[in-house]
Amino acid sequence: MIATRSRNISVSEASRPLLPRHARLKFDETRQRWVILAPERVLAPDEIAVEVLQLCDGVRSVEAMIDQLAQKYTAERSAIATDVIAMLQDLADKGFLAEARERTP
Amino acid sequence: MLSELAEIGVLQIHFSGGEPTARKDLVELVRHASDVGLYSNLITSAVLLTKERLGALAEAGLCHVQISFQGNEPIVADRVAGFKGAHAKKLEVARWTRELDLPLTVNAVMHRQNLFQLPDIIQMAVDLDADRLEVANVQYYGWALKNRAALMPTFEQIEETSRIVEEAQTRLKGILAIDYVVPDYYALRPKKCMGGWGRQFFNISPSGKILPCHAAETITGLEFLSVRGDHSIAWIWQHSEAFNRYRGTGWMAEPCKSCEFREIDFGGCRCQAFALSGDAGNTDPACTLSPLHEQIFQQAATEAAAGNNRFIYRNFAGGTPETGSDHGA
Repeated sequence: MIATRSRNISVSEASRPLLPRHARLKFDETRQRWVILAPERVLAPDEIAVEVLQLCDGVRSVEAMIDQLAQKYTAERSAIATDVIAMLQDLADKGFLAEARERTP
Repeated sequence: MLSELAEIGVLQIHFSGGEPTARKDLVELVRHASDVGLYSNLITSAVLLTKERLGALAEAGLCHVQISFQGNEPIVADRVAGFKGAHAKKLEVARWTRELDLPLTVNAVMHRQNLFQLPDIIQMAVDLDADRLEVANVQYYGWALKNRAALMPTFEQIEETSRIVEEAQTRLKGILAIDYVVPDYYALRPKKCMGGWGRQFFNISPSGKILPCHAAETITGLEFLSVRGDHSIAWIWQHSEAFNRYRGTGWMAEPCKSCEFREIDFGGCRCQAFALSGDAGNTDPACTLSPLHEQIFQQAATEAAAGNNRFIYRNFAGGTPETGSDHGA
């Protein structure tokens, strides 16, 4: 069990995000696409968002995700970083993202 | 039936009512919904829930709890709910919900007599650690239409409400999401009711009828089929006369038919069109393009300004006005 917080999240490269219990990434067999199920709503993430969300496990940092995606798509790291952080921040502002708490020393 | 729903592509289920917690088998229903992959929302007045039962629902895989509040002042709230001590009980259940780490939506049904409490309700939602606040306005069909004179907010209240909500949305970004819809009577465009008739949602009534929305039975002359009949749920959704009557844009008359917004709002709410114009095929009078809009807007504003705060309570004799002098708000 990972200790998490889900309020007032500011996504940075150090964040280790994960989907909270109430936001579920699911493949919808009927419509043949990925969806995020959230309280009384269904979000339709694009392919890149799905790939990012699949990496959100509360262990991996945003920094590591960006590195991985930049390598895979041989793209400019800064461009990927901007997109990934903006996408995650948007989800966080809507209340559909949690992050693993920093361990207190 | 829950398995059938999942198979035909339903993604979410709302256990609503009436009052879903009155069902003895609710925990089993939620567990089955989880087993077949349905995302489950509990829409409740909360007054019947115990801590043990809520814990059992969470354990069964319940995904989200929405509790309806009638204001943040016990006296007014209990008068509207008609249940002494209801408000304190709701607060208690809301706290248990968050203790169980379930997401919480506070649904506040607002009207003229409790709108002044909105800042307190927003603070209450923050104090309860709610995820989302739905500021809903009373919808004026069925019972609320009979009580419209006592419930309709004034134009000044609406302006003040919008200002309060916008300020709170900015201040509470990332802490509390606030959804707010301007009451129909004061809007320029009607709501895309239910996301459009037969497009995104259906409702199964306590008697088993499949409805395009929970209020659809207020429209006379439509036949709604039951899950207990000869047809599958998928068939009823796709082929039944009632679902196809107002689906899409083909049924529309003017001013909807040639309107550039016809696929944005789908003509508004069929139930409201029926309640106010007598024909569910008319444009929802909430729309400024409806020929009835001006008259109904005037009437609503007049009623609101007249300030009759007495409620008519629901009973089998057709409604009894509240006794005693008018309550000030």
